Amino acid sequence: MNRTAHLLRQGWASGGLALMASLRSVQEMLGTVAFVAAFCVGLSFMRGRAVEGTSVDAATAALPGVLGLSVVFTGVVATAMVLATEREDGTLLRAKALPDGITVYLIGKIVYAAALVLTTVALLVLPGLFLFDGLAAGLARGWPLLLGVLLLGMVATIPFGAVLGSLFNNPRLVNAVGAVPIFALTGISGIFFPITALPEWLQWIAQAFPVYWVGLGLRSAVLPDSMLSAEIGESWRHLETMGALGAWAVLGLALAPWLLRRTARRVSGANVEEARQKAMQRV
Amino acid sequence: MALTDDGAASVAAPLANAGPAVEARGLRMRYGDDDVLKGVDLTAAPGEVIVLLGPNGAGKTTTIEILEGFRMRSAGEVAVLGTDPAVGGEAWRARLGIVLQSWRDHGNWRVREMLAHFAAHYTPYATAERPRPRDVDALLEAVGLADRARAKVSSLSGGQRRRLDVAVGIVGRPELLFLDEPTAGFDPLARRDFHDLVHRLADEEGTTVLLTTHDLDEAEKLADRILILADGRIVAEGSADELARRVGTGSEVRWTRDGQRFVHAAPDGTAFVRELLEQHGDAVTGLEVRRASLEDAYMEMVARHESGRTAEAAAALEGIGR
Repeated sequence: MNRTAHLLRQGWASGGLALMASLRSVQEMLGTVAFVAAFCVGLSFMRGRAVEGTSVDAATAALPGVLGLSVVFTGVVATAMVLATEREDGTLLRAKALPDGITVYLIGKIVYAAALVLTTVALLVLPGLFLFDGLAAGLARGWPLLLGVLLLGMVATIPFGAVLGSLFNNPRLVNAVGAVPIFALTGISGIFFPITALPEWLQWIAQAFPVYWVGLGLRSAVLPDSMLSAEIGESWRHLETMGALGAWAVLGLALAPWLLRRTARRVSGANVEEARQKAMQRV
Repeated sequence: MALTDDGAASVAAPLANAGPAVEARGLRMRYGDDDVLKGVDLTAAPGEVIVLLGPNGAGKTTTIEILEGFRMRSAGEVAVLGTDPAVGGEAWRARLGIVLQSWRDHGNWRVREMLAHFAAHYTPYATAERPRPRDVDALLEAVGLADRARAKVSSLSGGQRRRLDVAVGIVGRPELLFLDEPTAGFDPLARRDFHDLVHRLADEEGTTVLLTTHDLDEAEKLADRILILADGRIVAEGSADELARRVGTGSEVRWTRDGQRFVHAAPDGTAFVRELLEQHGDAVTGLEVRRASLEDAYMEMVARHESGRTAEAAAALEGIGR
């Protein structure tokens, strides 16, 4: 049997099974549905009003920001949480005990995170097509770009979720220390209001991170050029977007497998038992 | 627990010229200033069942985790299935089965899908003598989880979860199986079934088994050889019988005479009883003779060790099992 094919098939199965398990979990489903519903409702309030100086529906203009947030949130925070949890409950150790287990685990995680992002995006975009003016027209032209940016955005963010997850050994800590900067970063990255409204030094900080570029890329895919006045340099800056996200992807992909293997090497049965005891004391 | 799935019976016994399944010499482990293992020597022949006994913190789990390739040792020579575990690759790993102390992973998966997914990891590593993986449904049947196949893993009871862990440990038909306190949480029936399973693995498939437990009765039932580990050293080694004979006080004799209860510790119980009956004849009732058990031997070993007479104890036990 072809080894690579075997690994890919097993990784794919691993991600698929994890996804199915999530879909069966009422708690996790409710979380996703609540996230999607909250934004759909929020966006519907903006519906029917045009963005100042343009004929673009305000809801349509805001949608790329929400998509960007879900990419970043799933890619970084959710991945980090899952890793920190699975390091504690023995999932990572299980992967170590199986032949090719770590490789299968990694592929499985990428498949899982990608499926999660695409599901959320589909849940947001599908109702939007009927509800929000101009979205259908924008997507008819921009969908390949949308998919491309989503994909690149995931490759740029998931490894950082993995890095974050391997730095913290406590899932609760990930939430506290990891999620806060991500939200802060999201706030300044032009996802909810135009980045050009911010002081210039904040704009530079935002542009150093992938969140801004994911948002920009998604806006460029969905929105007409009449929205350009809100962007830095009044340009969609496609090349810069690809460059910035590509650089983050390369950096993450170089760092993540190494860090993960190092983390996996250090996890042992005694750690897992210790974590179990601690978790029980907390309850 | 029957293991009568396809291929099991035809699995050849290990080759006569194969080396030991596990060989460790002078194994040391040090965390900071703390020496957890202080020179452990350990050999397991193919098909042998070895039980590691010892108080908590003696280094049992550390020893096993080094052999599994989960921890780097500080010093010493180790070969597991002929390979140094520190550099063992995926093909080497496919020949091992591992059941750790506590596992809570994949709680929201279903029992059968989890076992089947893990089983598929072994497919590329099948050989003529060892078809891999085992048939998943037959294995679920063997560990008594067939009726829970579609249950969520997190809904299993502690004992059921443990049996699933054991199933995952042997799904790849391992040549060497590590079991770290496998029967914690088992009810008596599940425990007996598990013992039966271990015997079958060793007898029918030539699987080498290295097991830790706190259950001395279990050690006595399963072990071809018992190693007692205390404070990072192996302080005694031998079959349960040999250990019991060697350590402890010989026999304990209890009897009643003239309405009074007597207890006497005798090095040679048989001789003492013969003498007792010759002297008092029918006056003796309620006679009980209890030979020193593995438990006595274990308690004695650990007590000797803890009172700082390790060297003496070890010297007294030297030669056992040879």
